[in-house]
Amino acid sequence: MSTKEMTGSEIIIQALKDQGVDVMFGLPGGVLLPLYDALFKQNGLRHILVKHEQAAVHAAEGYARSTGEVGTVLVTSGPGATNTVTGLVDAMMDSVPLVCLTGQVPSSLIGNDAFQEADITGITRGCTKHNYLVKDVNDLGRILHEAYYVARTGRPGPVLVDIPKDILLATGTYTTPGKTTAVEHKSYKPQVKGDTASIKQAIELIRNAKRPLFYGGGGIVNSGDAACTLFSQFVKMTGIPCSLTLMGLGAFPGSDNQFLGMMGMHGTYEANMAMHDCDVMINIGARFDDRVTGALDKFSPDSKKIHIDIDPSSINKNVVVDVPIIGDVAHVLEEMIKYWKADQAQVNAKELEKWWKQIADWRSKDSLKYIQSNKVIKPQYALERIRDLALETGKDTFYTTEVGQHQMWAAQHLCFEKPKRWMTSGGLGTMGYGFPSAMGVQVAHPDALVVAIAGDGSFQMNLQELATLMSYRLPVKCFILNNMFLGMVRQWQEMFHGERYSESVIEDQPDFVKLAEAYGALGLRATTPGELDGVIKQAFDSHLPTIIDIRTDPEENVFPMIPSGAAHNEIILGPEDSKNSESGGSVESGVLV
Amino acid sequence: MTNKDKDDILRHTISVLVDNESGVLARVIGLFSGRGYNIESLTVAETDHVENLSKITIVTTGTRQVIEQIKAQLDRLVPVRRVVDLTIDGPSVEREMALVKVAGEGEHRVEALRIADIFRARVIDSSNSSFVFEVFGKAGKVDAFIKLMEPLGLVDVSRTGVVAISRGATGL
Repeated sequence: MSTKEMTGSEIIIQALKDQGVDVMFGLPGGVLLPLYDALFKQNGLRHILVKHEQAAVHAAEGYARSTGEVGTVLVTSGPGATNTVTGLVDAMMDSVPLVCLTGQVPSSLIGNDAFQEADITGITRGCTKHNYLVKDVNDLGRILHEAYYVARTGRPGPVLVDIPKDILLATGTYTTPGKTTAVEHKSYKPQVKGDTASIKQAIELIRNAKRPLFYGGGGIVNSGDAACTLFSQFVKMTGIPCSLTLMGLGAFPGSDNQFLGMMGMHGTYEANMAMHDCDVMINIGARFDDRVTGALDKFSPDSKKIHIDIDPSSINKNVVVDVPIIGDVAHVLEEMIKYWKADQAQVNAKELEKWWKQIADWRSKDSLKYIQSNKVIKPQYALERIRDLALETGKDTFYTTEVGQHQMWAAQHLCFEKPKRWMTSGGLGTMGYGFPSAMGVQVAHPDALVVAIAGDGSFQMNLQELATLMSYRLPVKCFILNNMFLGMVRQWQEMFHGERYSESVIEDQPDFVKLAEAYGALGLRATTPGELDGVIKQAFDSHLPTIIDIRTDPEENVFPMIPSGAAHNEIILGPEDSKNSESGGSVESGVLV
Repeated sequence: MTNKDKDDILRHTISVLVDNESGVLARVIGLFSGRGYNIESLTVAETDHVENLSKITIVTTGTRQVIEQIKAQLDRLVPVRRVVDLTIDGPSVEREMALVKVAGEGEHRVEALRIADIFRARVIDSSNSSFVFEVFGKAGKVDAFIKLMEPLGLVDVSRTGVVAISRGATGL
């Protein structure tokens, strides 16, 4: 540890470097000029200039989720700060580690309704893991180190640090952190190690189970690569079937036979039936989200539930569990495997075989099947071609998505073998997330193939970042599955609102190919299945950011589907099913959310 | 646990030790309003001037599951050091203070003083036509006192809200 006198701006740059930050996403403004001046005079800290602050946050999210590091955002006061709010809520809901630095009007003007003043710590109090308003330049270094520590540890999340302009100009003392960047915090001490007695209790439950099921979530991915390896090891070791949430995809190899596919509202038939019928559910790093559980009173009625989570508030929030284990997934799994091995434990082989047979039966329904056409491009087919042709490039491939039908099809039909290759807005469901997020992923992985899957609705929510992709030569491939609709809205209107397509038709669409060309990017279009492969290959071969307008079947729906408020075993498999089904969702049957 | 027990609304007194930094109370209150929890009463003051710690006492109601959530969510806030449920974590005592203004003349004044005496309330301000009483006790006692003052010319009430502490030798 050493101390040094510096200006606030210099302290910020030094603290970020000491935290191992190499890039940040931002946009300058009045109050931040001293900091941008200091940035200008240094090397080593890269700044990506975005076109809109919301995109800066999503880019930092993409960076964070694809690397496991904390993403950094730098924006000015007032509108710059308020534009980050959607991104911060998104990061909060999906547990993405971020530090967002916002400029603030000088301390003496705070509260005076000064030009570009906004009470951003007040606004973001509920949507950040923690936030700070720096009042003394001598606290600045400590606060920044704390911010990164809080963002990264425990259940990760966004932290905002609001810095008034006078603090940037003032001179204060900066203390270099010790070798470890860990901060001894007075009150914040996340529990990492799981309780041994509970772990042993969980093992007893698993070894005596007849129909056990792993329910893995984003917490496994957040815990790190080691956690994913341990998870896969434990699943293989026990022979128990495994399903993952939308956020968990990649935590277990998608091509493995023990993987039942994603669960939840648009999960596979076998995963959801297994969730309903299992007798021991092992939830690891997931939070019983309503998109997973469906109707709570009918959720997996006969199972004992084990729940491993680092966040104590996740326990018993939606579903009361039998064995809660608070701790970091990697630590808990390491212990579990240790005891499992020491006990030479095994799941009852005969019962497990029966269970697998039942699952095979469900699997034979092939619930992700769709009717291929040689006239019109089915969105599922487009995704399968993107997946297979990406694989052929031999490049490490990262996918991001926007929100809606395309997102669910991507989750169903892309296949993730490794963690941190799948970036999607799960909790908040933020349209406009995927395109800028892909930008952040490509910044972190310049040589990788970064594919953004978009819908024609959501792409238009942050398309201005095409300019940023061009200026930093980030060759993101953005496939727009274009059905001229807000597709998921249209699907619900078809199913639950008498096919009245209120405000879900997008008639005022720009020519996406020309739009790409206007920015100097490559624009491509496929309108028939025959054109698809050529266009995808052309996109993958290009060194330019590429927008690919894929005209898909406008009325294709996402199936399977568990209608909101229904149970897992009331899943709708396809259009015929949907017309016959009682649970096909009359609006009167309850509130649809 | 039967279904009925599960849905019973319980009243709990929760003691929260926090770093007394700016915005901490807003975080706690925002948590309650944002997640739809109830606050019956909330008191806060700095209790450790050296370490800058404040203690917040919250009286809240909810089902057992909601009360558990409230405690977990409070504990998750970064400046929160400890959360103790005084209702279930061993015996505790709680007190509230109220200032009660009663205006009246003649027999009403005498009766007000008589009742105040029974409740061991003290007069801390008086004029020809009014008294201000201070009354201490459990929230129920304060309620009762105020109710009795109503027909005698109750004009205004200020209450502190409940403060509570565990019985015995150990601290929070």
